[in-house]
Amino acid sequence: MTKPMYRGETPKIIALGAEAALIKHTFLGMPAVYKVRLPKPYRDPKLDLRLRSERTATEAKIIHDLRLAGLPVPALYYVSLSEGLIVMEYVEGDLLRDLINRRVSGYADLVRELGKVIALMHGLGVVHGDITTSNVVVREGTPYVIDFGLAKYSNELEDVGVDVHLFIRAVESTHYDVMEEVIMAFFEGYASIAGEERVKEIKEKVREIRLRGRYVEERRQKRNK
Amino acid sequence: MIILGIESTAHTFGVGIVKDEPEYILADVRAKYVPEKGGIHPREASLYFMREAPRVIAEALQSAGLRMNDVDGIAVALGPGMGPCLRVGATVARALSVYFNKPLIPVNHAVAHIEIGKLITGAKDPLIVYLSGGNTIIAAFVAGRYRIFGETLDMPLGNFMDTFVREVGLAPPYVVKGMHQLDKCAEESKEKKILNLPYVVKGQDVSFSGLLTAALRLVRSGKVKLEDVCYTVREIAYSAIIEVSERGLAHTGKKEVLLVGGVAASSVLRSKFEAMAALRGVDVKVVPPKYAGDNGVMIAWTGLLAFKHGITVEPERAYVRQRWKLDQADVPWGDP
Repeated sequence: MTKPMYRGETPKIIALGAEAALIKHTFLGMPAVYKVRLPKPYRDPKLDLRLRSERTATEAKIIHDLRLAGLPVPALYYVSLSEGLIVMEYVEGDLLRDLINRRVSGYADLVRELGKVIALMHGLGVVHGDITTSNVVVREGTPYVIDFGLAKYSNELEDVGVDVHLFIRAVESTHYDVMEEVIMAFFEGYASIAGEERVKEIKEKVREIRLRGRYVEERRQKRNK
Repeated sequence: MIILGIESTAHTFGVGIVKDEPEYILADVRAKYVPEKGGIHPREASLYFMREAPRVIAEALQSAGLRMNDVDGIAVALGPGMGPCLRVGATVARALSVYFNKPLIPVNHAVAHIEIGKLITGAKDPLIVYLSGGNTIIAAFVAGRYRIFGETLDMPLGNFMDTFVREVGLAPPYVVKGMHQLDKCAEESKEKKILNLPYVVKGQDVSFSGLLTAALRLVRSGKVKLEDVCYTVREIAYSAIIEVSERGLAHTGKKEVLLVGGVAASSVLRSKFEAMAALRGVDVKVVPPKYAGDNGVMIAWTGLLAFKHGITVEPERAYVRQRWKLDQADVPWGDP
């Protein structure tokens, strides 16, 4: 890649995610995150390259599209497919997960805002693929959605349903003690953008997706109804 | 304390006897139902269990040098699993419990796979990757239960592998000398070609049904070598599992991975896990093949842990639960 202009700050690994290493640094003087999809030694090298460059391209395009549509996502600075590299804005703030765990006042409002953002995103034909409360950074009261590593373009109810299902499941495992409140706030926010009808449709889809899993008690009850 | 445990959720009728101090395992006797063709037929399996049950129980007691009177409780896997199979184990356990006046202890089969894994590998607080014919689950212990962080949205990994090799005419038998037919066929791919087949990971979940359909279509087109399809399918399926496991590690911050269930026996899969774990600086612990598949010992051991925490069930209330999910079972002994 072209050498970015470093201004003082030393690069710092902020996360070694499953998918990529995230390095905090600067880009043309602005605080930036370098997201590098590193080769995985457990994957066949050809499969590895295919997955890394496809995902880098899709992620960059989606972040860019959403940002241009005015949604709270990081701004895109630089992309290199062959290196699996994306440089983007560093969003300074707290993880929504931590705010909920600390029970900061108004956490339900933040989740409601998140519901709005996700509804707008779905309205633009993008599904995130990994909506969890650790993938939301709150900066000045605005929930920024990050990590579009598994995002894709789709308008299909199935994909929207999976997106919402993943969020609910993450809340159930991470915030099991306040999950009802969190899930309700999410749907309130979502409905304020997409409408109650659409939320009903999505909830029905989510239910269907959950019943597909194995050994689900509810499935038998449904069959016996 | 000595507990006798009965496993009969799928293809194995197993009886294990354990005690609460080393060497822990006193007896391990199993009868495995092997279909001549196709997959497990639940009725056939259950009839086989009924024929084998008395012998297996007697042999277990004999090999431990014990009589029923020496046993402090009867543990039984009440689910999840196949109804007809589960009912054999439950009926036998209820009968033993009532006839010998021993407490009956309900055990969740999935929890048992985890507990025997922890006992044998010494894992303390691992991310659990549970891979078998009927289950594909990424879980971790949080607040009293094994919570599910990722799972399959459709087919379990083992079922996917079995179905693929069966449909292309490589099985049964599904496993030969500890190696699955899919691994065996994949190893024959000389060029290690990656064909264009779908790789589906959604968040922390995997999906294999689309891969199965596309791979079978490709084989039937006759345009590619079967071993190249095997190689691609194997690489995609295993990579997807490792990827969601790695995500689970990143999400939970756990420092060890415990591989449990029958599919954990695959050495190819294990070496891929080890490569991932080395990258993240975590330990991989794998249940040895002997205890990776279904067995009575794991039921007895989990029953022992449960009994020590006062968990028992009245025989008349010991219903089987075919869909008793991992995260619906209380694990009061689980705090690391």
